[in-house]
Amino acid sequence: MAILPELVILTAALAFFALSLFKQIEFTHVKNTAICFGAIAIIASLINFNAQATLFLGSYEVDLYSQFFKLMISFGLAIVLIFGQDLKDIEDSVRPEYYMFLFLSALGLMMLVSSVELIAIFVSLELSSFALYLLVPMRSDQNGLRMQMEAGIKYILFGVMATGFMLFGMSYIFGLTGSTYLSEIVTGLQNAPQPAALFAVIMVLGGFFFKLAVFPMHFWVPDIYQGASNETTGFIATVPKLGAVALLIRLMTLASGETQFLIYLLMVLALLSMFYGNLSALVQKDFKRMLGFSGIAHAGFIMLGLLTMDVGGYAIAMYYISGYVIMNLACFLVLCNVSQEGENLEIQDLKGLHKRQPVLAFILAVSLFALAGIPPFVGFMGKFMLLTGALNAGVVQTGMMNSPYLILVILAAINTGIAIYYYLSVVRVAYTADPEEKPDVQVNGFTTTVGVFLVLLIIMLGALPSKIIAIADTAVKTIM
Amino acid sequence: MDSLIINEGFPLLSFLIFFPLAGALVLLIFSGESFARWWTLAITTITAIFSIPLVTGFDTSTAKYQFAEAHNWIPQFNINYILGVDGISILLVLLTTLIMPFCVTASWKYIKTRVAPFMVCLLIMETSMLGVFVALDFVLFYILWEFMLIPMYMLIAIWGGPRKVYASIKFFLYTLAGSILLLVAIIALYLKNGSFFIPDMMWQNYSLNFQIFIFLAFFLAFAIKVPMFPFHTWLPAAHVEAPTAGSVILASILLKMGTYGFLRFCLPITPDAAFTLAPYVLWLSIAGILYGGFTALAQNDMKKLIAYSSVGHMGFVTLGIFVFNPMGVKGAIIQMINHGVTTGALFLCVGMIYERTHSRELSVAAGVGKYMPWYVTFLAFFSLSSLGFPGTNSFIGEFLILAGTFKVNIPLALAAIPGAVLAAAYMLRLLQRVVWGGTNNPDQSYLNDLGFREIITLTPFLIFVFWIGLNPQPFINLMDTSVVNLLDQLHAWQQGGAMLTLR
Repeated sequence: MAILPELVILTAALAFFALSLFKQIEFTHVKNTAICFGAIAIIASLINFNAQATLFLGSYEVDLYSQFFKLMISFGLAIVLIFGQDLKDIEDSVRPEYYMFLFLSALGLMMLVSSVELIAIFVSLELSSFALYLLVPMRSDQNGLRMQMEAGIKYILFGVMATGFMLFGMSYIFGLTGSTYLSEIVTGLQNAPQPAALFAVIMVLGGFFFKLAVFPMHFWVPDIYQGASNETTGFIATVPKLGAVALLIRLMTLASGETQFLIYLLMVLALLSMFYGNLSALVQKDFKRMLGFSGIAHAGFIMLGLLTMDVGGYAIAMYYISGYVIMNLACFLVLCNVSQEGENLEIQDLKGLHKRQPVLAFILAVSLFALAGIPPFVGFMGKFMLLTGALNAGVVQTGMMNSPYLILVILAAINTGIAIYYYLSVVRVAYTADPEEKPDVQVNGFTTTVGVFLVLLIIMLGALPSKIIAIADTAVKTIM
Repeated sequence: MDSLIINEGFPLLSFLIFFPLAGALVLLIFSGESFARWWTLAITTITAIFSIPLVTGFDTSTAKYQFAEAHNWIPQFNINYILGVDGISILLVLLTTLIMPFCVTASWKYIKTRVAPFMVCLLIMETSMLGVFVALDFVLFYILWEFMLIPMYMLIAIWGGPRKVYASIKFFLYTLAGSILLLVAIIALYLKNGSFFIPDMMWQNYSLNFQIFIFLAFFLAFAIKVPMFPFHTWLPAAHVEAPTAGSVILASILLKMGTYGFLRFCLPITPDAAFTLAPYVLWLSIAGILYGGFTALAQNDMKKLIAYSSVGHMGFVTLGIFVFNPMGVKGAIIQMINHGVTTGALFLCVGMIYERTHSRELSVAAGVGKYMPWYVTFLAFFSLSSLGFPGTNSFIGEFLILAGTFKVNIPLALAAIPGAVLAAAYMLRLLQRVVWGGTNNPDQSYLNDLGFREIITLTPFLIFVFWIGLNPQPFINLMDTSVVNLLDQLHAWQQGGAMLTLR
């Protein structure tokens, strides 16, 4: 049963399909079923953590690399289900459907990280994406502006365009190598004519840049984050990025020959993402938009790991994205629960949170400081290792310290300085401002426990990273 | 690793670091107000008591790192958990542990809201400050160095004065911006050496360009922390708005981290760059001394006055470090301790008057001498100490620094002398106003003199003022071997470099 986690998620999706056929159904049962399925998915991923198999004519590879990501995906999904359990801003009538699409999207991502064949990759990516496209407009129309519809349309149009780029690149790859299997493509591309091979790889990468929100493919982020309901955004901002990074690493291993151009391209994209994300985040008033822009900047940081093009760099990218997902989940946990009726949260709405709900304020502060890269949290360790890895790659490749990598590292470090301002402003509002007329925040004990657990993870992963890095290292080696 | 004397017995340094942290975790759960106060006092006192064996067991005949502990931490990057103290850091460790209990007593009544979180911040501050002084692994150092910003930010932003938002954000951004390039420099050094162990990075053959780059990155981080002119603008804002305990920690310990960084990192890791750039640093120090003095002279806010005097005093410290002779450097370390004791005490004094009058204005506090005789007695001694009056501690430090400077560069020393005069001018002005005031003093008859708790808080500071002032030798003995060893190596390095260029 090498694909047990996928089967669990698929069962869940089908179960919710069945539930959606009933007219009258108690919502509490639906939500508890969803959380149970989330927990079972985590357990299934843990059981299968060391599973190994090659399935479906060699197009589906179950190995440590994919299982690592599957565990993270099911973990992220379960956390989203728990903190968004009230589905405050989703209409009663579509709640079972909402869960169905959420699980289908997770299923697509799980299949994506195991796919080693272009068609399989494409199908699983689309399964995940189309489910997400539908989740966005499911938000109830509170203020009559139909913001969620606008966001949904934007998301699907941009998404389809990105897919178009990716398909175009895939067609080139097939044309150059005559195969859709990644293992055959790697050898095939080495003899392929340049720059066609490079162009093809970049096009395919572009499709995943869209998912990860790297600079030129980032433009969907703020509007969709704002338009989708808080729980949906919490999912979009975290779990799909795991799939994107998993596939980016796989695809980077395809690039061969003249990689210099690709590296420089990634450098430029990394820097543009960081500067664009951080500078735009400075002026945001809406909390979700701010987190969206900060996500763009973090995507830029992950590029630092990819462009080293070695095992160490990829392993750190895996570590960083895992840490990022945990930090972001903690943020969205607070966001979803502070929002009273599922409305969007202005940063000012967090005023006096330390009095209204001290535990949430603490979780928020830790996760924001972690996102800002203040030690000893996971955000710092990740950034520190990415910078070390990038500078090291420069020394290895050029033989001296004084390379473009140095400039990249310095500019990236400066970006952490820019970023601290907007994270700090949120903490300031939550901790130093008076609550004024703002109501107390009610939050159930289970969610609080999960939040504290996330905080512990943020600290533990930051203070004692060697174990997870070792796992990521071994995992990356299995796909090289 | 042969520069370490591993401590096989009780892990004293780890205990000092983690005990306050453990105490802070307890406070997160049990947060009664008076429990928080007594608990924190107990924790900081126990930490202080446990730091005494560091002195009694300290071997003054070696420059190696003592009480050392070494454990693997992140093997993939060769990051280890390594601690140790030598003659340069031991006094700073003691200063930190001994001052913290008094920060608690000084906040006993001053802090009325959110007491438990305040105490948590104090304890976490203690953990990270001690860690910075004893860390011998650069990543460990950097983690604690940066982490400290969070509790300090909270101290200013939550319990601060009216402009706390501005002051706290400025403090955070300024110091963080300074240490960003420090991180890049650390990574670059790691790639050259393959290790984050600090002593392994010292006295290596780096090219001059590389050294200058590293030195400048270090310099930016440390100069902001000191703060050296012209990077000092965050300091008055932060000092003025911080609560008393925050000001004391800031002045007594945080500022020392910058100068400690110069001694620990800049000199041994980038000696050539230090020699090349020393003249600029020296003249910046002079600028700081004079600028701090003149600005302090013009202040009407007592906290601001002392904050600017800090800029001047710390100018003396950097002056002493960068003249590169034993007198100057020893004077600088003594002066670091002095400044911690004296300025810390002065901030406590200002805090005590603020608790009574709710103002830091000199004019409001004018003429309290008649009603608060105990208070002005303490204030007088601390003021005299601050201006370097013979018999008090600062005299020893400033004298050693100036003597060291005269040996190297007479114009430089002459330029620093007015700083000492200015110190007398602004401190006597403060003293005169507070004790006697003028003809239009506000009515001060409602003021109570110091209570028992406040006298207990101030007395130890006074003891140290005279102890260092009258018998500095035990303190100098502690640091002697390490300082002499550092400077010997520095000068041997300089001559070696000279020989290389001759050939």
